[in-house]
Amino acid sequence: METPQLSSLYQQLILEHYRNPRNKAELDEKTVEIHMANPVCGDEIRLQLRIEGDQIAEAKFIGQGCSISQASISMMTAKLQGASLSDADALAKRFTALMHGDADAAKDKSLGDLRALEGVSKFPVRIKCALIGFDALQEALKKHASEGPH
Amino acid sequence: MTALDVIKIRQEFPALDQTVHGKPLVYLDNAATSQKPKAVLDALAQYYERDNANVHRGIHELSRRATVAYEDARTKVAQWINAPDTDELVWTRGTTEAINLITIAWGLDNVGEGDEILISTMEHHSNIIPWQLLTRRTGAVLRYIEMDSQGRLILDDLPSLLSDRTKIVALGHVSNALGTVNPIKEIAAAAHEVGALVVIDGAQGVVHTKVDVQDLGVDFYAFSGHKMCGPTGIGALWARKDLLESMSPYQGGGEMIHFVGRDESTWAKVPHKFEAGTPNIAGAIALGAAVDFLGDIGMDAIAAHERELLAYAIEQVGAIEGVRIYGPESLDERSAVLSFTLGDAHPHDISTILDSEGIAVRAGHHCAQLVMKHFGVAATAWASFYLYNTREEVDALVEGLDKVRDIFG
Repeated sequence: METPQLSSLYQQLILEHYRNPRNKAELDEKTVEIHMANPVCGDEIRLQLRIEGDQIAEAKFIGQGCSISQASISMMTAKLQGASLSDADALAKRFTALMHGDADAAKDKSLGDLRALEGVSKFPVRIKCALIGFDALQEALKKHASEGPH
Repeated sequence: MTALDVIKIRQEFPALDQTVHGKPLVYLDNAATSQKPKAVLDALAQYYERDNANVHRGIHELSRRATVAYEDARTKVAQWINAPDTDELVWTRGTTEAINLITIAWGLDNVGEGDEILISTMEHHSNIIPWQLLTRRTGAVLRYIEMDSQGRLILDDLPSLLSDRTKIVALGHVSNALGTVNPIKEIAAAAHEVGALVVIDGAQGVVHTKVDVQDLGVDFYAFSGHKMCGPTGIGALWARKDLLESMSPYQGGGEMIHFVGRDESTWAKVPHKFEAGTPNIAGAIALGAAVDFLGDIGMDAIAAHERELLAYAIEQVGAIEGVRIYGPESLDERSAVLSFTLGDAHPHDISTILDSEGIAVRAGHHCAQLVMKHFGVAATAWASFYLYNTREEVDALVEGLDKVRDIFG
């Protein structure tokens, strides 16, 4: 197997989000919250959303973990502010495809900063780090749908 | 004491001779599992290629050979820990199964409501969860010896934690997460004064020290083969014979019976009473080969080599800006595990960056979440040394950590 380059993994944008995570705070008026942890490595997040109608009015998180997990969640929450529920779901699916090496997803400009994480797909043991936030997002959307609007 | 001929020793370990991501492998994940010498691989092959047959039940030649090799291995491993009697060594899948065996076969019959089990916050999950399951079933209470800031047990608390309610004191010999070596002899004496039995999780103990169960004065000693050059899936429980004879069986099945009736049966003699089903015959024989291999080199020489490497690693890694090392400061109180963090680089990122240099270390909570909680970290990185590691490999680790600093600095 060809050795993947570390520089493709640890891009400046990722380290910048790791050091200065966006939306990392308690959301007082949350309507849905998902706690997700990876017991293998200790990555842990609580994703909190305030959903109004079919829109995510606000998204915040509390968590700890490696640079990949924290940067990914930070970038994700930045894209979720004001997003429609269907756009949020599409984003989660698109990003998951990117992590699994989907070439089209890699060219998709709608992923924005999240494309900086493309290199993670070359490090199989780290893919779950990048996906923990998006797994939580998909769970949150399911939970919201099953509990109905507040 | 003769110094180890590490170059020669390394030639005995085929897995060490490879490149990873284009760099020579630097294997520093020994506390998770060790690499295997040719003597062990040959023993596995010899059994499967020549002697493969079930043990204790055939009359034919292959079964005789397999049984002799299997029981010879039991004798070797029993002598390795200075057990007074070979029959006191029960084969298990490893340390975890050995501890679970104690909680089932001794615990369920002897522990009741209001009784106490004393463990510590330093324990590997394998020496926490089986006791939690036992206390939940029996109504007993689980109590903990706490650690100090250097990750040592606070023994001053022992008199107030021990009482006539204490049934078991169960502790790790050597901490996997911190390397702390616990003063087992002293603790065992205090536990026996109140009538408690002493269980030792020796998964790391047998690797780094010459274990003498009689000198330690304990009642049960559990360990695994795979961290001491043996294969995975084989380990042992040593216990005093009178205890083993008084205990109920652990699992029921073939091999562990004497006479079987419709409603009642009688059990085979110890240790076979605890070994239901076809055992890991190849694993046991190969663990015997591992013990021979280590015995030829000498545990004192191995311990001295590890200590020298650890001292060098603490000095070199400790000098890197931003590094925090966990565990006892004194080399007399620790074994060859270096648990550390580096600035705000998460241990998983450290491990990925080191891996790109061919260096294998572990990152995470090391199955010791209570230890991580004690030090207020979610995870640490951990390099652990064994008989085949070199100073040059410590240097490679230091260079790798410089690369972590370049990225995260």
